[in-house]
Amino acid sequence: MTKRYFILTGILLTLSAGILFGCGAQPTAWTDAEVEILQSLWIGSLPALEPDPSNQYADDELAIALGEKLFADTRFSSNGKVACATCHVAEKDFQDGLPRAQGVGTTNRRAMPIAGTAYSPWFFWDGRKDSQWAQALGPLESAVEHGGTRTQYVKLIGAFYKDEYEAVFGALPDFSDASRFPEPAAPVSDEAAAANWEAMTAEDREAVTRVYVNMGKTIAAYERTIMPGESRFDQYVKSILANDSAAAETILSDDEIAGLKLFIGEANCTRCHNGALFTDNDFHNTGVPAIENLPEDTGRALGAQQVLADEFNCLSVYSDAAPEDCSGLKFMLTEGEALERAYKPPSLRDVAQRAPYMHAGQFTTLEGVLSHYNEAPAAPMGHTELELLHLSEAQLTQIVAFLKTLSSIK
Amino acid sequence: MNSQTKTIVITTVVTVIALVVGFILLMPVFGPRFMHPIMSRYMHGNSNSVVSNDLDTSAERLTNNGTFNVSFKSELDPITIGSMHSWVLHVETADGQPVERATIFVDGGMPEHGHGLPTAPQVTQDLGNGDYLVEGLKFQMGGWWEVKFNITADGTEDNVTFNLIVGG
Repeated sequence: MTKRYFILTGILLTLSAGILFGCGAQPTAWTDAEVEILQSLWIGSLPALEPDPSNQYADDELAIALGEKLFADTRFSSNGKVACATCHVAEKDFQDGLPRAQGVGTTNRRAMPIAGTAYSPWFFWDGRKDSQWAQALGPLESAVEHGGTRTQYVKLIGAFYKDEYEAVFGALPDFSDASRFPEPAAPVSDEAAAANWEAMTAEDREAVTRVYVNMGKTIAAYERTIMPGESRFDQYVKSILANDSAAAETILSDDEIAGLKLFIGEANCTRCHNGALFTDNDFHNTGVPAIENLPEDTGRALGAQQVLADEFNCLSVYSDAAPEDCSGLKFMLTEGEALERAYKPPSLRDVAQRAPYMHAGQFTTLEGVLSHYNEAPAAPMGHTELELLHLSEAQLTQIVAFLKTLSSIK
Repeated sequence: MNSQTKTIVITTVVTVIALVVGFILLMPVFGPRFMHPIMSRYMHGNSNSVVSNDLDTSAERLTNNGTFNVSFKSELDPITIGSMHSWVLHVETADGQPVERATIFVDGGMPEHGHGLPTAPQVTQDLGNGDYLVEGLKFQMGGWWEVKFNITADGTEDNVTFNLIVGG
């Protein structure tokens, strides 16, 4: 009898140990639907970049090379100290780590990352531009960013980049006559610059703007080449897709995997952060707090009106696109409460290196962002799309752990 | 019952209880991974909507008041997340006669999330024979979408709603 007792106890202990340890070490089981979502987020699912119909020079090697130089040249500013690269620092994933960008002054928004934006139909947090080249021209004439004017810039092209410019675009007009091409001169808020601009002939303004637009097209050609790299998350998905779950388990930790499961599941993250760049490129109000003392910011509500009126939009004379290539602009949503304080979700690739977060750097850490999403506070204007998540601190930490796996392997 | 049998029974019961309690206590360590996907879905009210199997996702439907029989054909099949595309909408009378020169408005959204369409699609061409080109459709997230058409022809107005499950 004693023997039977020992055997029984032994069996029970073995069973319990088996259940406790066996299940603990069991590889994560993803459902078919989940694997499909994982695959859609995988960098390997990023389609080949299509030509930009609005920029015929977008894939021109010489344009790319010139654009890269212009991107880094601080002469293209009112004080000679600000280049695109000032706020879009290559070593910092093309952003500056500041809550609000610092050019010749301080902007009201955070500098956005560039990697993968060639896939986006809208630019800036509010989508007030609809092409990379039109976007690149915005800061150049912003009073608080580069602070200069197009007339000043096209003269700099003549002085320092004439050959490179002409190799791409043909003859550069002669802008040396200061009476015809005064500085500063541009259709900007600065009164002196605006008055000079108005005094110029329509033909001269057109000649200046053409060259200015071409500058934007070269910068865009360069920016098109900036893409995110493969991350540990991508390696994990690759293993999952190859049905090698044992290898997959060595790439991500249990917490990172649990965070991924929450990300694509109950945390609702993929409602907006979907696709291989983790953004749906649309506009969302997530109840991000307003910054005191800044002017009212209506987000997409204003951005939609601005892009419709933009002198450089897809339907403009400066765009190389045929009207039928401008469906994004033609069928865009122009009004409604959904646009109020709605902003574009940036890609989450490399997000861990890009604090602070949100359109004006409202949150200093990913933990802060996650707790905002968990609590879903009311929006300062319009309606938040967030819903209370009821996730535990441990779960939020797991999501943060997962987000860190999206960093490109250098 | 002799004492040895009693001991075995007690030990068995105690071990089973210890096992169950231990398992429950260690649940957080296993994490949701241990749960069967079906169980976890119901426990957390998973956001990946569990759309009712009764949802009519057919591409041909009668308008609410039975005035028109409407069908659509998408340029994209299947419809992928985030792609701008167009549809051809075919409108006919309930008895199968093509309806021409209709005025059609497009609306829609995600009923579960309370938001509308991300674009403003429009009927841009009357293709004749009851066919209409609808341009500017885009669905930027996976899940259940509704696309609604308000149709007026010969002074009669009626509405139809199509249900789509985008992204699987």
